[in-house]
Amino acid sequence: MSINRREFLKLAGFSTVMGLTGSSVVDELLKTKAEASQVLVDEKALSAKRWAMVIDTSKFKTEEDYKSVIQACHSIHNVPDIGNPKDEVKWIWTDTYEHTFPGQENEYIPEGIKHKPFLLLCNHCYNPPCVRVCPTKATFKRKDGIVMMDQHRCIGCRFCMAACPFGARSFNWRDPRPFIKETNPEYPTRTKGVVEKCTFCFERLARGLKPACVEKSNGGLIFGDLSDPKSEVRKVLSAHYTIRRKPEIGTQPSVYYIIGTGGNENA
Amino acid sequence: MLEKALTGSRRYWVWIFFLLAVIGTGFICYLRQFDYGLGITGMSRDVSWGFYISQFTFLVGVAASAVMLVIPYYLHDYKTFGKVVILGEFLAVSAVTMCILFIFVDLGQPMRVLNVILYPTPNSILFWDMIVLNGYLFLNIVIGWTTLGADRKGVPPPGWVKPLIYLSIPWAISIHTVTAFLYAGLPGRHFWLTAVMAARFLASAFASGPALLIILCLIVRKVSKFDPGKEAVQALGKIVTYAMFANVFLLGLEFFTAFYSQIPGHMHPFEYLYVGLEGHGKLVPLMWISSIFAVVALIMLVNPNMRKKESALAFACVTVFISLWIDKGFGLVVGGFVPNPFEGVTEYWPTLPEALITLGVWAIGFLILSILYKVAVTVREETSSWPSLH
Repeated sequence: MSINRREFLKLAGFSTVMGLTGSSVVDELLKTKAEASQVLVDEKALSAKRWAMVIDTSKFKTEEDYKSVIQACHSIHNVPDIGNPKDEVKWIWTDTYEHTFPGQENEYIPEGIKHKPFLLLCNHCYNPPCVRVCPTKATFKRKDGIVMMDQHRCIGCRFCMAACPFGARSFNWRDPRPFIKETNPEYPTRTKGVVEKCTFCFERLARGLKPACVEKSNGGLIFGDLSDPKSEVRKVLSAHYTIRRKPEIGTQPSVYYIIGTGGNENA
Repeated sequence: MLEKALTGSRRYWVWIFFLLAVIGTGFICYLRQFDYGLGITGMSRDVSWGFYISQFTFLVGVAASAVMLVIPYYLHDYKTFGKVVILGEFLAVSAVTMCILFIFVDLGQPMRVLNVILYPTPNSILFWDMIVLNGYLFLNIVIGWTTLGADRKGVPPPGWVKPLIYLSIPWAISIHTVTAFLYAGLPGRHFWLTAVMAARFLASAFASGPALLIILCLIVRKVSKFDPGKEAVQALGKIVTYAMFANVFLLGLEFFTAFYSQIPGHMHPFEYLYVGLEGHGKLVPLMWISSIFAVVALIMLVNPNMRKKESALAFACVTVFISLWIDKGFGLVVGGFVPNPFEGVTEYWPTLPEALITLGVWAIGFLILSILYKVAVTVREETSSWPSLH
């Protein structure tokens, strides 16, 4: 059978279209591709339905208490220290009560609280606006409640930064690598032009370790599964009155604060 | 038809090469930004969108305003707009192109821009913005080119273009509504979290776009033999007047809600923009210029005797355009980021490379506009002696 040029082109075009679309349909039906999360699960890995953190502010007393926690996070995650507020990248940091809980301040709160630093980090919201606005799913919520970043997919549009009511996100305004004092080879560095933030140490949880800040906090940071009534976070939450940042916005932060000066109320 | 843009007077070529020089300068700055990162701009962790996204927002309005010509001409058979409707459509093409370019130059990882298509995410408003902007660009190119081509041959436009023209009407509304939704749906940004945002965007669009079009019509009449018509310019003047009143009214509603409720979060951005906050007030002079220009323009426009004088109308249109450019092409975006989520004030001001890249994108827009207008005007000059077909 001979075919003319026109028929050949038609056939070639059809085959190409089938090749492009058909193979992925077959893949989907046979589930030949593994999901990233299904690869190599460590037996010791910690898992949860919804990871959460309680910050017991009374346990943080000296400058050193904050520093060691922040240092632990920033050093293992290769967070650069650029040294100016304009280009600043930070995952966990401190600010005053007034700035941490805007709208909840009053003139007469104890001096010990007014001037006390409060730790700030990504709230890993149950209903995260950053995930809602991301146009590429580069930021997404995992099944365990962690709000993750895929730094290889992020196009750097910074819609998530506009959407985050907590200022938790940093953008790499320039190449961060020259500003990393000592690079940790076990964690990827980032490139310019992508957004980053705290990930609740997903990489440590996968190896059975608690987040780095929790480990260094001497009990000031309590971490666990919010959906498990027997977890440590739930015990702490039922024993203490806690507040969250900007609850009226409805994002449902997974970071709770116990407000206390640490015995210095009368000082 | 494009060949008509390749022949022109000396003045035409001087203008084209001037634009190319501005584009070249902007492009060199962009290469620098591409290499160094967006840190080359005045943007920061606290004010994470700046000039680029503001220009995009403002120009979506200019693009959408073509509908103010399409509705009277195609839905109400208002023949006066027969000559200018093509100018509106081509202005839309140029404005949407600038919008897309401004989003592109704002990306931290521009090489990954196709991720928006590779991983379509319908819950993101930016995904929909991409669809409506590209769709609107396509519609206006096809409609403008086809109707002009038909005109040139002295035949009525083909039947299939009519549905596209009707589709372009809601589509124009959609581009600015979706753009407003980029802002109006974000929790924790009090300045943007307002239900009248899309309405305000449309009102300011229908003032700034036709104002620019009036200026362009007057320029076209001066530099060519093609006259868009006195009556068309006057009708556009009325549209600018109504839309500008609607815009100022909607802005007034925002002021009332913020300052009568006295909720600090709602008042702070307005305080920052108009009187300064915590000793910071870089935008205050600009915002007052915007307000004064708006008042001056409204006084001139509402007075029919003044509006009928073309020189006065032109002046009023320039003030409308500048006023709205400051309001939407600068204040709106920055105001949303001040104060920051910690109630602190970080100010923003564009850097020189950022301003040159911005100018470069505007110059690309004007280059496209000049080429398309040259084609349209030349075709119209050739056919002006023929009887109208519409």
